[in-house]
Amino acid sequence: MKSKSLKINKSARSVIVTVGMILIAYIVCQILIATGNMSNLLQNLLVSMCYYSIMAVSLNLTVGILGQLSLGHAGFMCIGAFTGAIFSKCTVNSIENTFIRLTLALLIGAVAAGLFGIVIGIVVLRLRGDYLAIVTLAFGEIIKNVLNVLYIGYDSKGLHFSMKDAISLNLEEGGTVLVKGAQGISGTPRDATFTVGVVLLLITYLIIVNLVNSRSGRAIMAIRDNHIAAESVGINITKYKILAFSISAALAGVAGVLYSHNIATVQSSKFGYNLSIMILVFVVLGGMGNLRGSIIAAVLLTLLPEYLRFLSDYRMLIYAVILIVMMLYNWSPACVAWRNKFSPKILLNKFSGAMLKKSKEV
Amino acid sequence: MEMLKVKNLSISFGGLHAVDSFSITVNKGELYGLIGPNGAGKTTVFNLLTGVYKPDMGQIFLDGKNITGLSPVEINKAGIARTFQNIRLFRNLSVLDNVKIGLHNHYKYPTIAGILRLPSYFKTEKRMNEKAYEILEVFGLDKEADNLAANLPYGKQRKLEIARALATNPKLLLLDEPAAGMNPAETEELMETITLIRKKYDVTILLIEHDMKLVAGICEKIFVLNFGTELANGRPQEVLNNPEVIKAYLGA
Repeated sequence: MKSKSLKINKSARSVIVTVGMILIAYIVCQILIATGNMSNLLQNLLVSMCYYSIMAVSLNLTVGILGQLSLGHAGFMCIGAFTGAIFSKCTVNSIENTFIRLTLALLIGAVAAGLFGIVIGIVVLRLRGDYLAIVTLAFGEIIKNVLNVLYIGYDSKGLHFSMKDAISLNLEEGGTVLVKGAQGISGTPRDATFTVGVVLLLITYLIIVNLVNSRSGRAIMAIRDNHIAAESVGINITKYKILAFSISAALAGVAGVLYSHNIATVQSSKFGYNLSIMILVFVVLGGMGNLRGSIIAAVLLTLLPEYLRFLSDYRMLIYAVILIVMMLYNWSPACVAWRNKFSPKILLNKFSGAMLKKSKEV
Repeated sequence: MEMLKVKNLSISFGGLHAVDSFSITVNKGELYGLIGPNGAGKTTVFNLLTGVYKPDMGQIFLDGKNITGLSPVEINKAGIARTFQNIRLFRNLSVLDNVKIGLHNHYKYPTIAGILRLPSYFKTEKRMNEKAYEILEVFGLDKEADNLAANLPYGKQRKLEIARALATNPKLLLLDEPAAGMNPAETEELMETITLIRKKYDVTILLIEHDMKLVAGICEKIFVLNFGTELANGRPQEVLNNPEVIKAYLGA
């Protein structure tokens, strides 16, 4: 029974390390800001690092833990961004407390994205592997393109929708157009701060890590490892696939709300498959199923392009080269072997082993 | 008392009658062996019994209940658990978690209780751990509880599969070549384990096996399948001395 308590400690230790890392990074950033040592460029990136981290961690639930390749994750972020922004714009005068308004916006964004996750999940999760990847890609693009031509306005009668233009909304005089098709939503109250972002990242991380270490999480990972065996021990595959997929989508919705409350204008064209692929790159670089890795990868790869700006035209080229080098360093078997050989831990062990030998000889 | 009753079970793949009019009655507490040459349809019978394939014809009754055509999940809940010829463990999970997944439908708490770490999470997980360790101890795997299933030696992987199947608390356990790839000492140990779990968990067992020493040693009845149909059926000594069986399967 001794080993049992050891195991609980092991997973708990990993959670403490990750949470500690995030908190230390947060405190360091706050100190740098307070002492005026952080550039404006970096300060502007702080919130985006948070929402990209949330995206990466939530996608890791689908890709790394459920084991299903999804290329439409940005679509759920898009839904969260729009529903959250619409809510905040509608209520900016009626709910004056920023905290309450943002909390409600986050909940609404998460629920909306989660519902889409359930509906899309029911349709697509019958497929596997490449087929699933292509269909999720298609759904991501559908969401983006529908929102690209959507007009929403509101007046005393309530919300008006149109897919044509702002005039066909037939608003009363004094009504406001909330969503202007390709121009998106502008003027959302900028409630998202770095602190909010870090808190949301912590909540997202804890939700997923607690899910993974619970009965449902084990069922999800059983499906990943062997779905035939999972069925044979009585695990409802469809239920747990949809559960994981919709939680992942809801958390992407949270990232979307954070995004739309951090930026002047939200346009659906920003949520194309480029973004989905970028998030997938974070997950793959950080390691499938490795939540801490996803966060680190998201932060590094958000910072990197900004620090490569001095290269102007060659920026994305060098970014790609660095990405390849990082992937190889992290995952190529030869590099892993080389790293293990020279890892500080092993060198230290060798050193202490040699010392021990010496002291014995003496 | 009849635990499993199968009547005229048949399935064809294209023009091939993989299983043709298969009928068997397994009484409660019995240990039945299913043998036959390669390609005789033994694993297909298992796949039919567990709902992986739907039969073209015939009926399956478990403990008096008709379970024909149910899904694998429903059949497991009804009380049939199985192992696989090619081991299918949850390779990236710990040995303990593999067994706890087997306990999935018997120890429940809502997903939200797991995420929010409500008291029911701690209470149920504790009971699950105790039950899982109890099962692992029977198989001598309790010291490996924290290792990844993929890192276990082959013989222990086979045992873990049986442990996981037992965790679902079945009435009928189907073992598909449990001794495949084991050395004589491991087979000996496995025979002891099978005898032990039969008593301890009060479970009826139907097993496919090519190791005649194991079959003759522990099975009370043997069913010989050839080209999807019954060749012989009865007590081990009668069946294994049957000239037809010797000709088709055992060899002179």
